[in-house]
Amino acid sequence: MIKSELIEKLAEDHPHLYQRDVERVVNTILEEVTVALEQGNRVELRGFGAFSVRNRPARQGRNPRTGDSVAVKEKHVPFFKTGKELRERVDAINS
Amino acid sequence: MAEKTLTRADLSEAVYREVGLSRQESATLVEAVLDLLSDTLANGESVKLSSFGSFVLRDKNGRVGRNPKTGEEVPIDPRRVLVFKPSQVLKDRIDAALSK
Repeated sequence: MIKSELIEKLAEDHPHLYQRDVERVVNTILEEVTVALEQGNRVELRGFGAFSVRNRPARQGRNPRTGDSVAVKEKHVPFFKTGKELRERVDAINS
Repeated sequence: MAEKTLTRADLSEAVYREVGLSRQESATLVEAVLDLLSDTLANGESVKLSSFGSFVLRDKNGRVGRNPKTGEEVPIDPRRVLVFKPSQVLKDRIDAALSK
């Protein structure tokens, strides 16, 4: 499923709303999560999961072709940990 | 940096502010978005949100694990897990904001 399909389905389920507004709802949620992460904050959505930022410290890397050692700068990467309920639902055959 | 944790309430508030739906409706819609994402994934379908990232399902093979404390072998069944792959746009925005 892609974003436009998600919006279409939501609009179908909420016929009293304009599809344009549903689109803004989805984009607002994604933007709000992004801005929170940019500020170094976490977003915790019980049952669904939590978004956070992980710090990858600077390190001495290597160019695999030449074997030269290169300085790799510190990096911040987004991370999502699946919530308990969703994790169990996704793996329903086992749980 | 003082770390804050956002929740559904903050997302509803943003929707209320940005889209102009009622507070009640904003909360309902936030829940509807999360429910639809969860239902789709629970049905075994991945979700791709352009410029944000993809929620991808991965089938892991079973393997023999080990209890790290006792060293005892424990079988781990094959299972399906959910992985979030952030888009390049999201990775770039976060790294630009936080790595100096």
